[in-house]
Amino acid sequence: MASEAHGAEEGGLVFHPMDQFIIKPLFGGDAVSWYTPTNATLWMALAIVAVIALLVLGTSKRAIVPSRMQSIAELAYGFVYKMVEDICGKDGVKYFPYIMTLFMFIVCANFLGLLPLSFTTTSHFAVTAVLALLVFVTVTVLGFVKNGAAFLGLFWVSSAPLPLRPILAIIELISYFVRPVSHSIRLAGNVMAGHAVIKVFAGFAAITIISPVSVLAITAMYGLEVLVAFIQAYVFTILTCVYLKDALHPSH
Amino acid sequence: MATDTHESGTAAADAAHAAAESAPGMPQLDFSTFPNQIFWLVVTLVVIYLILSRVALPRIGGILAERAGTITNDLAAAEDLKAMAVEAEKAYEKALADARAEAQRIAGETRAEIQADLDDAIAKADAEIAAKAAESEKAIAEIRASALESIEAVAKDTAAEIVTALGAKADDAGVASAVTERMKG
Repeated sequence: MASEAHGAEEGGLVFHPMDQFIIKPLFGGDAVSWYTPTNATLWMALAIVAVIALLVLGTSKRAIVPSRMQSIAELAYGFVYKMVEDICGKDGVKYFPYIMTLFMFIVCANFLGLLPLSFTTTSHFAVTAVLALLVFVTVTVLGFVKNGAAFLGLFWVSSAPLPLRPILAIIELISYFVRPVSHSIRLAGNVMAGHAVIKVFAGFAAITIISPVSVLAITAMYGLEVLVAFIQAYVFTILTCVYLKDALHPSH
Repeated sequence: MATDTHESGTAAADAAHAAAESAPGMPQLDFSTFPNQIFWLVVTLVVIYLILSRVALPRIGGILAERAGTITNDLAAAEDLKAMAVEAEKAYEKALADARAEAQRIAGETRAEIQADLDDAIAKADAEIAAKAAESEKAIAEIRASALESIEAVAKDTAAEIVTALGAKADDAGVASAVTERMKG
């Protein structure tokens, strides 16, 4: 990485595609201790502000015929609510606020991250890993609390021929424990890659001849990233629902 | 990195130093910032969860339920109104049919009355005509009877005169019986 940047600098180009992800303290200083307000803190706070603006201020009129903001809020509510209900069933609905929290945070953070000069909190594995581990731990604990030892039936594929079952059980067990990894890396990887690619194209804009192509490429990538911002939030949420369903109804 | 530094000495070392300052690999893997991010993320999630579960979600759920209720009520009201309209139409049809039947009845009654009057008048006229005809017949019969009587008397007188004129003594009784005998034949 460093040697690449070094080579590029010699060619007159400056590529620092990953600089946008550096975490810096907001009020000067170098040390980032656990409580220091950083740019990550700022953009997480802005995500909270966005959630409040959309879901609380947008619905403050409680209109029967909704305004635009209220329509979006109701759309988001209905979208996640229907997802939870369809996948987890009626008894999954009581976990709806939890899933809605995950969805709203990810979708707001993703979209805020698309603003120029912003910082994308969901591009960090620390963030997405915590989100995924929260889901993993919740689902595992819930599975055992709700079903007891019967939750282990999730790994014992009773519909398969008996000799295959131990092998399948090992595969199922591995896939179960890989879930939080894929769950978190999918989100952070997608967001990070998109932002880094845009930054690389932006670096090319320094060359006059290439710059129109570069600007076009940035525009196209940006459009794609808008899509990715929503889709990754959707994917994260729907996978959470699927995992939750496994915990509530562990039979295959 | 390592080979770079060995080969080109201080320049490469400087560049590597600069690169390390500006782009230290992936900032995502800088574990020194993890506690910070995790702490603030947990704070953020807790805040969002509280906002959603205490304020936003009950409110939106309420709005949606209220709207569903309003729509259901409106639909029910529309259904009621529609039923009322159907009823009104039925009542109108019934009134129309009643009126038509009434008109028919009145027309029938009138026709019957007129027929009765007419029948009465015809019967009366018939009776009068019959009476008049009977009277006339009686008159004719009387006239005929009187005419017959006159003819008999005239015949008797004439017969008696003829008998007298022939020089014979007219026997009244004989003449009368003879005439009566002849007239029957």
